[in-house]
Amino acid sequence: MTRRLRGFFLEIWLPVAVVGGWWFLSEDSTSPFFPPLRVIVDAFEANWVFERIGSDLLPSLQRFGLGLAIAAVAGIAVGTMLGLWTPVRRATAPVVDFLRSIPAPALISIMILLIGFDDKMKVSSIALASFFPVLLNTIDGVRGVEPQQLDMARAYKLSRRHRIFRIILPAATPQIFAGLRIALAVALLVMAFSEMFASTNGLGFFILFAQETYRIPDMWSGIIMLGLVGYAVNVVFLLVERRALRWHRGWRATARDAGGAA
Amino acid sequence: MQSLEVKQLSKTYGTNEHAVQAIRELTFDVQQGEFVCIVGPSGCGKTTLLKCLSGLLAPTAGAAFLEGKRIDGPSDGLALVFQEYSRSLLPWMTVRGNVVLPLLAQRLRKKERELRAAEALAAVGLSDFADRHPWQLSGGMQQRVAIARALAYKPSLLLMDEPFASVDAQTRADLEDLVLKVHADFGITVVFVTHDIDESVYLSDRIVVLTQRPTTVKEVVEVHLPRPRAQMATKELAEFTRLRGHVFRLIKGDTADAPPAVSEPAAYEAVIS
Amino acid sequence: MQGLRGTALPVLGTVAFFALIELAVVTGVVAETSLPRPTSIAKALFELVQTGSFWGAVGNTMKGWALGLGLAIAAAVPIGIAVGSSQWLYRSVRFVVDFIRPIPSIALLPLFILVFGIDLQLKVYIIALGAFWPLFFQTMYGVQDVDPVARDTATAYRLGRFMRFFFLSLPGATPYIATGLRISASIALLLGVGTEMVVGLSGIGQDIFKAQYAGQPAHAFALIASSGLLGVAIAIGFNRLERRTLRWHPSQRRELPS
Repeated sequence: MTRRLRGFFLEIWLPVAVVGGWWFLSEDSTSPFFPPLRVIVDAFEANWVFERIGSDLLPSLQRFGLGLAIAAVAGIAVGTMLGLWTPVRRATAPVVDFLRSIPAPALISIMILLIGFDDKMKVSSIALASFFPVLLNTIDGVRGVEPQQLDMARAYKLSRRHRIFRIILPAATPQIFAGLRIALAVALLVMAFSEMFASTNGLGFFILFAQETYRIPDMWSGIIMLGLVGYAVNVVFLLVERRALRWHRGWRATARDAGGAA
Repeated sequence: MQSLEVKQLSKTYGTNEHAVQAIRELTFDVQQGEFVCIVGPSGCGKTTLLKCLSGLLAPTAGAAFLEGKRIDGPSDGLALVFQEYSRSLLPWMTVRGNVVLPLLAQRLRKKERELRAAEALAAVGLSDFADRHPWQLSGGMQQRVAIARALAYKPSLLLMDEPFASVDAQTRADLEDLVLKVHADFGITVVFVTHDIDESVYLSDRIVVLTQRPTTVKEVVEVHLPRPRAQMATKELAEFTRLRGHVFRLIKGDTADAPPAVSEPAAYEAVIS
Repeated sequence: MQGLRGTALPVLGTVAFFALIELAVVTGVVAETSLPRPTSIAKALFELVQTGSFWGAVGNTMKGWALGLGLAIAAAVPIGIAVGSSQWLYRSVRFVVDFIRPIPSIALLPLFILVFGIDLQLKVYIIALGAFWPLFFQTMYGVQDVDPVARDTATAYRLGRFMRFFFLSLPGATPYIATGLRISASIALLLGVGTEMVVGLSGIGQDIFKAQYAGQPAHAFALIASSGLLGVAIAIGFNRLERRTLRWHPSQRRELPS
C-alpha cells in the first residue's frame, strides 16, 4: 500500500469508527437522552434541510459575523494605535487588562444592563468579548516588528502611512491572525451563550429550548449543527490564513533550516 | 568637493554616572567618489558612528556634513546597507518590491521606480530573481538585494555597516568584487565599515582606523594599490602585505590598554533601560 | 525616579477612565439606570465584600473552577503527551479533534443538564470539557517541539526512548504546558460563571443574574467587577508560573552579544 493511501486511512479510520460505533451502539437505545443515531439524523434532516435555516441558523450566523467583524476592525485599529503610541498604551494598560479578565458571560450581563434584550445586545456582546484577543495580539504584533526594518524605513524617509501599511501591519499579520483565531472561538461561544441566556431564536436558543421541551433528537441535531458551523468557520479561517501568511511560512522554514534566528 | 565631513563628532549614551561615551571628537572626511573603509577593534563605536551619519541617531556634540549640509536626520543623498540582511529585507515582499520600497518616499512616477529597480537588480546580477521572495535566496544573494535597494535610491553616499560579516568567505569575495564594480560603474562615494582588515585594505582608497571606546580616529591610512583590484593579484602585492600589517598593528596595539569590553548594544541597552 | 515615572501613566490613565464614565453618568449622557456611577459601583462593591454571602458565592465558583480545572489537567496532560509522542495517534485523532474542538462546550450544556441534573457535577464537567482543549493542544505541541539539534545529539548518543522523553520532550514541553494552563484557567472561570448564570447554580454567576433581574444595576456591576478581579488574580498567578517555566527554557536564554 502506498504511503499516501496509508496516510489517508490513518486519518479516516477513527472518524469512521466513531460514527459507525455510535450508530450501531445506539441503535437499540431506549435511553431518552441518547436516542439512536438514526433518529438524530432524521431530526437533523427535518430541522436543518432546510426548514430552520432561516429562522435559527441565519440569525445566529449574522450575529456571529457582524460581532466578529466589528471586533476585528476595532481590535486591529486600536491595537495598532496602542502598539505605536507607548504612553497611551501604558496609560490604558490596567483598564484593558481588567476588562479583558471579566469572564465573557459577565460581559453579556453588562450589555444586557446597558442595552437590553435585543439583537444589538447580542452583537455587542460578541464584539466586546472578541475584541480583546484581537487587540492584545495586534499590540504584540505591532510592537514586535524587527527594529532593523523600522530603522531602514526611517533611513529611507518613508512616510508614516507607508511605514504603517507596508511594514508594520504586514509584519504584525501573523500575530494578528493568531488573535483572530482566538476571537473566532470566543465569538462562537458568546453567540451560543447569549442565545441560551437571552434570546428567542438562534442555534443556542434552539438547543436549550429543545432540551427544555424534551425534544431530545432535535436538541442533538442542534448540537451537531453548531459543531458543523464551528468546523466550517474554522476551515474557512484556516484557508484565509494560509493564503495571507504564505510568505510567513516560507520565511520561517528557511530561518529554521538556518539554525534559528539569522 | 567633500562628500562627507565629520567634525568632532561625539556621542554619549545616558547622562548620569552610568554614561557611556561611545565616540569622542571623531574627525575625518571623505572626498567625492572615494572608497573609505572604517576599521576598529570590537566594541568600538562603529555602529554608533554609522547611525549618526545616517541620521538615525543625534550626536551629543560635533556634527557631520553631507555635501556641505549638516546631517540632522535621514537624508536623501545617503543610503545605508545593514549587516543583518535577513532582518532589514521585508519577507512579505518580493525582491523587486523590496528594492522599490525606498523609492516610494521620493516623488517618482511608477514607471521611473520600476526602471530604477530593474537597473539596480541588473547591476547586482539578480534580474532573474526579481519575483522571488528574499528568504528564497541564499545569504549572499540577499545581501545583493540590500545593495540593489541602496543603489536604486541613487544616493551620493553609500554607507555599509559590516555588510559581509554574516556571509561565508567565498561569497564574501564575490560581494567585495561586486561593491568594487558598483563603485567604479556608478562613481558613488562609499563609506564601508568592517572588522576584517584584509577586506578594508582590499577595497579602499583610505582606511580610517578607530580606537577603543571612547572611540576617536587613531590614524588615516592611505592605500595606493592599483585599481581595478583583483582578489588574487592585489593580495599578492608586497604593498598589500605591508598595509595589512600596519593596520593590524594599529588596531592590536590599541587593545593593550583598553577598557573592559562591553559590546555596544549592551551598553546602550543598559543606559536607556 | 524611574519607578515613580513608571507608575504615573497607568495610574493617570485608570483614574481618567473612571472619571470620564462618572462624568458621563452625572451629566446624563448615559442613563443612570443603565450604567451606574463608578462611585456607586465602588460603594456597592465595598458593601458586598463585607457580606458573607458574597464570599460564599466566590467560594462556590472557585470550587467548581478548581475541580473542573483539575479534571481537565488530569485528562489533558497525559493524553496530550500520548498524542504528541506518537505520529500514529496524532494522525488518527486529528480529524475527530478538529471537528469536536470548535463546538463550544456550552452547546453541550443542555445535554449535560439532562445527564447530570443541576448541581455541582454539571458545572465541573462543563468546565473540564472546555478547559481540556487548550491544555491538550499546548501539551501536544510542547512534546512535538523538540529542538532538532538536541534531538539529533540524543540519537547520536543512543539515548533510549524513555531517557529521551524525560530529558528532552518533557522539559521542553513545560513552558507550553504552563501556557496551556494559563489559557485553560481563564476558560474554566468563564465557563463556571456562565453555567451558573444560565442554569442557576450558586456562585458569582448566579448572583450577577439575580442582581440583574432584580433591577439593582450597581449591585450587578459590583459583582461583575469582582468576577473581573477574580479573572485578574487567576491571570497573574498563572502568568507568573508561565514565566517561571520560561526562564530556564533553553530557547529563552538569550545569548550575550559577542
